[in-house]
Amino acid sequence: MKEPNDIILHAVIKVAVVIILTFSINLFFSGHHNPGGGFIGGLGFSAALTLLFLAFDIETVRQNIPVDFKVLTAIGVLIAVFTGVGGIVFGEPFLTQAFDYFDIPVFGKTELATAVLFDVGVALAVIGTSMSIILSIGDDH
Amino acid sequence: MSLLVGLFFAIGTYLILTKSLLRIILGTSIISHGVHLLILTMGGLKTGGPPLLGLQDLPFTDALPQALILTAIVINFATTALFLVLSYRAYKVLGTDDTDQMRGNHDE
Amino acid sequence: MNNLIIMPIIIPLIAGMVMVIFRRNLKLHKILSLIALSGSGIIAVKLMGENKNDGIQTLHLGDWKPPFGVSMVADMFSSMMLLITSIVAVCCLLYAFRSIGEERESHYFYPLFLFLITGVNGSFITGDLFNLFVCFEVMLISSYVLISLGGTKVQLRESIKYVLTNIISSFLFLVAIAYIYAITGTLNFAHLSVRVAETGQSGLLTIISILLLVIFSLKAALFLFFWLPGSYSAPPTAVAAVFAALLTKVGIYAIFRLFTLVFYHEPKVTHLLIGILGAATMILGAIGAVAHWDIKNILAYNVIIGVGFIIAGLASFSIEGLTGSVYYMIHDIIVKALIFLLGGTIISLTGTGKLKDMSGLIRNHPYLGWMFFIAALSLAGIPPLSGFLGKVFITQGTFEAGYFWLGAIGLLTSLMALYSVIKIFMNCFWGETFLSEEMESGTTKGVMFPIACLSLLTILLGLGAEGISAYTQLAVQTLMNPEIYIQAVFGGETAP
Repeated sequence: MKEPNDIILHAVIKVAVVIILTFSINLFFSGHHNPGGGFIGGLGFSAALTLLFLAFDIETVRQNIPVDFKVLTAIGVLIAVFTGVGGIVFGEPFLTQAFDYFDIPVFGKTELATAVLFDVGVALAVIGTSMSIILSIGDDH
Repeated sequence: MSLLVGLFFAIGTYLILTKSLLRIILGTSIISHGVHLLILTMGGLKTGGPPLLGLQDLPFTDALPQALILTAIVINFATTALFLVLSYRAYKVLGTDDTDQMRGNHDE
Repeated sequence: MNNLIIMPIIIPLIAGMVMVIFRRNLKLHKILSLIALSGSGIIAVKLMGENKNDGIQTLHLGDWKPPFGVSMVADMFSSMMLLITSIVAVCCLLYAFRSIGEERESHYFYPLFLFLITGVNGSFITGDLFNLFVCFEVMLISSYVLISLGGTKVQLRESIKYVLTNIISSFLFLVAIAYIYAITGTLNFAHLSVRVAETGQSGLLTIISILLLVIFSLKAALFLFFWLPGSYSAPPTAVAAVFAALLTKVGIYAIFRLFTLVFYHEPKVTHLLIGILGAATMILGAIGAVAHWDIKNILAYNVIIGVGFIIAGLASFSIEGLTGSVYYMIHDIIVKALIFLLGGTIISLTGTGKLKDMSGLIRNHPYLGWMFFIAALSLAGIPPLSGFLGKVFITQGTFEAGYFWLGAIGLLTSLMALYSVIKIFMNCFWGETFLSEEMESGTTKGVMFPIACLSLLTILLGLGAEGISAYTQLAVQTLMNPEIYIQAVFGGETAP
């Protein structure tokens, strides 16, 4: 079979994926007080990964990103649940959130909240789930 | 809006009642859109600004229906994906996507 | 505030997720799942103790006050359900260790089993209509996978029907949630109860309550049970036993919760309808059970009879009727799991499900035979066993409420249920033994222990009914008096 000619696709996607990934991380961090958050950030991230899978072979991308997405989902859910359990340890109801302001050298005065940890969990879970769904449907011979 | 919901339900029901599995799945996802729009309509349309911190002096909308819809979308996404995989397997194993021929008999 | 309540949800969830990470280590899977389920059982016992001493326990997630946040509420009824769930789940798990097979195990059988229990536990302790939907979905999605895991032709065919039916009912559930939110502006059970009591249960609300009844009837196999016999006979025994014992009961639990807490103002309309549905369910289920000659089908129709009977207690809406329902529900969960495990063992022994192709098993398997006999009698409610008390109370309740027809149908169908299971007993165990031990296609080795546990439990429940009556009374008391529930959720403050 003739190799498909997809130079344009490759060239565009190499640039676009970086932009999409940056944007999804931006979305993720803006989630606390503005529209955005773990779910949307995670979806953006997996959209970028899906583009990679589309443009290149599934096998090639697998070699370069050797992550089992089901495990990623599990880790994400565990992070999210344990953030909630943290509340129990301090004698508060499950899922209670805490935040405080810290002075971090580069960023200056920054708000750090446990909700962000929860969101990390959500994002990982979303990336893991959507990628494993797409792969299990797409990776079939 | 309500008319649209009704239209979605009608189309979805029609599709679910057809024989092909793929059409049935499409029907369920169309009905799910109808349901989400219904929740949005029932929660009240356009009554204020976005429910975010930092926007003072605005009566804000009830965010609950949107949260409900988001959850419902996620769940529906998972179910549809699962249903797709399931019917794909069924198609490969049973060799048909026609629900009539899928009926089979008791002696297998 | 009591953080114990959330534990039955997150312990199985965490254990399941850890298992997904360590996928290859099947021994770890077995140990972890056993620990997680026993752990949630112990917590349920503790919750029951706290319920007895301090009343209803509540937890508001993230300290968001009700009705704005998500509340978890454990009253006596739900704690009892949690305990029975863990007992039955542990027994089915022990059965699965021996029977489920390597292939299913490596395809995430145990994690899915735990997620199923997560959803079931969540549905029992949630205090919020939407959260109930979410827990239902957690439970249903795992059940979709469990029912199709293995991928035989029958399984795939039945699972498509099962999935489609449940997807449609989930949509209807969402529609009902949207309508309720539009009318009352809240989804918290306690708050709903207050709002509905304030405005009175208008015609619109009654219609919505009937829509909810239809939805839960689909899940509980109350009248709308056409999907049940097929999909409960497709999956492997351990899975079918859990489904038969728990999944329908979750639907029944939801009906109980809604129609005792929120929509209790129009019993002449809604509860009568529930009674009629229950009666129709019992009759149709009994006809099915008597007519079939296949073990799995007979047992599946017996599940349907049980559902109708429990619901009859709610229809009477009296203290006796509800006491009977609570007793009978506990009994039914245990005995249905027991009889499905027994039926599955018989099928694996003989290699067939057809009654006419088997006979004389009692010579080689006396214990199996007598345990089946005990289960059959218990199912029909013969006095020393656990089904008896529930039947007495439910019948008494229906008679007191003036629904003589309902009580009569209940008694008649339990006779038919007895006939149908004794039919299995006579055909399988009595008669000429033509299956020598070498010819059997399976063994009973290792699966007898969980079966014996459940048999013992049904005898103990019958003999020690006095012992749990204090707990059931408390459960019924909260069911009959919504104020107690509302008080507990709002913590003495008035609802906004």
